[in-house]
Formats: sequence, structure tokens, C-alpha cells
Amino acid sequence: MALGTGCTARPGNSRNNKTGSWRVFRPAFINERCTSCGMCRIVCPEGCIGENEEGLPVPDYDYCKGCGLCAEECPSEAIEMKKEEK
Amino acid sequence: MNDEAACGLFDSGHRACGGCGAAMAARLMLDAAGKDTIIVSSTGCMEVFSTPYPETAWKVPWIHSLFENNSAVASGVVASLAKQGRKEKVIAIGGDGATFDIGILCLSGAFERGHDFTYICYDNEAYMNTGIQRSGATPYDASTTTSPAGSCSFGNKRPKKDLPMILAAHGAPYVATASIAYPPDFKKKVEKAINTPGPCYIQVHAPCCTGWGFEGEKTIAIGKLAIETGLWVNYEMENGVVTRVKKVVRKPVEDYLIEQKRFRHLFKPKKNDAEIAKIQATADRNAEKFGIDIKLKK
Repeated sequence: MALGTGCTARPGNSRNNKTGSWRVFRPAFINERCTSCGMCRIVCPEGCIGENEEGLPVPDYDYCKGCGLCAEECPSEAIEMKKEEK
Repeated sequence: MNDEAACGLFDSGHRACGGCGAAMAARLMLDAAGKDTIIVSSTGCMEVFSTPYPETAWKVPWIHSLFENNSAVASGVVASLAKQGRKEKVIAIGGDGATFDIGILCLSGAFERGHDFTYICYDNEAYMNTGIQRSGATPYDASTTTSPAGSCSFGNKRPKKDLPMILAAHGAPYVATASIAYPPDFKKKVEKAINTPGPCYIQVHAPCCTGWGFEGEKTIAIGKLAIETGLWVNYEMENGVVTRVKKVVRKPVEDYLIEQKRFRHLFKPKKNDAEIAKIQATADRNAEKFGIDIKLKK
């Protein structure tokens, strides 16, 4: 017998929940200092940092909670946390 | 907006705190394990923040059992896959509360029966989801809501349970500890565990900014300090023998303790040298047991 409702969800539909609204500080990516090492993409707990064709990081501010881990761990100091203006 | 590939198999939009160590552990684990993986998750912080109904952050098959029986459910999944001749890997995940305390019965049973699965415990050293109650993984002197520091107490009275050794004693072929502060090392250990036949165990240190009391941006720095002070040791055990250990030039444990609110009572109103010495002794014992000290030439 198949189980009824209340038991399944479509894979990855947590994307409906835009956690970017939690943010107080916003990471600003300074591409001139970036060496494309990929550290920010590895450490982001949200997995919301992608990369463009040149290998530079592209954050998704719809989901970034502004924790600042990327800025803290960036070896080139290429990410600065700035107070969010809403 | 990014394409969904950027976030791998653990999607954005989950409700973990900013800077969550466990969320990092989930992403890294799936990066290493790949899409042909079935996850069995016990109740806990990771279950709650990643799957508030009707949403899920997981992009692989994921089953929630109860707090105590994820290893038993995983055993059933493994047996069923074997019967069908399927090759998917099974990973059971649980927090330290589910693993060290509530689920140890089913965990011990599954390891003793020798099912081919990997158990990953994300160890944030207390019951964080329900409000920071102490667990068997809470370290000595940590203040939690059920072991509060005060005029009559220095926090948690008992040392951390040595669960990796208990599971190694079951004859597990591969037991390892890891930390989210060293992502490539953790991923390598996950790959090794899922490709080793038999029951394997990985305990990954996942600092919790809310429960331990530090800023979310410091999650990795705190994880590194735990290793650099010798209070957490990254090692691998194969068939009961320690085969690899991360060596460090050790720092005093104070460097780690002072960064966290759960140990604040050891420094305020005045520094408690006697209690800090006991924690230093734990680190010294770890260093001796695993030989983690790098001897510097003078």
C-alpha cells in the first residue's frame, strides 16, 4: 500500500525559502584581489557561491545569510562584509 | 541567480544558522559521496533545518527515521538493496545526541551484524536542536542548559565519551575522525568509508556558533583551534589500528576555550587555573596517545 500525503517532498525544493532576508552584513566580492582559489565556494554553508566563465565567484544573495565565513577564510582578503542597506 | 549546480546535492534555502558547521558537513559529505547515495537521517538539528515539511534541501533519496533507529533503518535499506542487486551506497547520519546516547543500541547492533554502510556523526557536542542540553559528547567543563556553570558548578562534570574506540572494538574495518575545518581531508575520509565493505564510522567535528557561543564567521577558525590544541584529534583507524594522525605544533588549550561562551566561566570573573589545567591534561593525554606533537628543532 502506498503511503499517503505528508511523507515526501521534491528534491531541493528548500530553494522556495529565500534565506537572503536573514542577512545583516553583505559580502562584497572584490574581483581585482581574487585569485580564483575557490575557498569561498568550499566553506559556504549555504552552497550559494557559484562561479562565472572566468572562474570568479558569483554569490547568490537570494540565499546568502551573511555569516561572513567566506570573508574570514578568503586567503586574499578579497571579500569585505558591509552593513546591509535595505 | 546561480544555477542549481553551484550548491551540489545539498541545496540552498535550508534553515541552519548563518555559519553552521553541520550544514557545511552535509554539503561536503554529499560532494564526496555523489548522487548514488541513500541517506538515512535520525532526528536532530540537521534533520530539522534541512527538511521542514514540505521542503527539503536534499537532492538524493533521504529517509527520516526516529531519533534512535537510523542504524536499524539503514540496515534494512542495505539488505533490501543487496536483495535487488543494486549498488547504491547507504549513509546513516546523526548528531552526537542521536549517536552517542539515544541511538547507540541500534548503532552497536548494526555494526555487530556487519552491514555494509557508513555512519557519519556530526559532532557539535550537545543537543543543539532542542536548546543546548549536554550529551555524551559534551566536553568537560562546557556550560550547557542542563550542565550550567554557576557558583556550585564548572559546567559539564564528565569527559567526552570515546565513541570511535567503542565502534572500532566492534571490529569495524574503518573508523575515522575528521573536522569541517579541513574539508579535503573530510571528503577523502567519506570516499574511503563508503568504498570500504562493512560498517564504517566517521565522526566529524562540526562547531556550532549558537550552542558554543561564537560568531558564525569563526566556525572554521574554532574547528582548527580544537585540533591545534589537541582537544580534537583527526585520525584514521583501519581494523582497529590507528594508521594516520594529523600532527600539529600544539597551542595551549586556553586559546580554544577563551573564544567560546560555553567556557566563559573559566575566565570570568577571574581565571580558573585549576580547571583549565584539567582540560590541558586531557589535551596532553590525547597528544601522548596519538603522538600528534611535531617536535620542533631548537
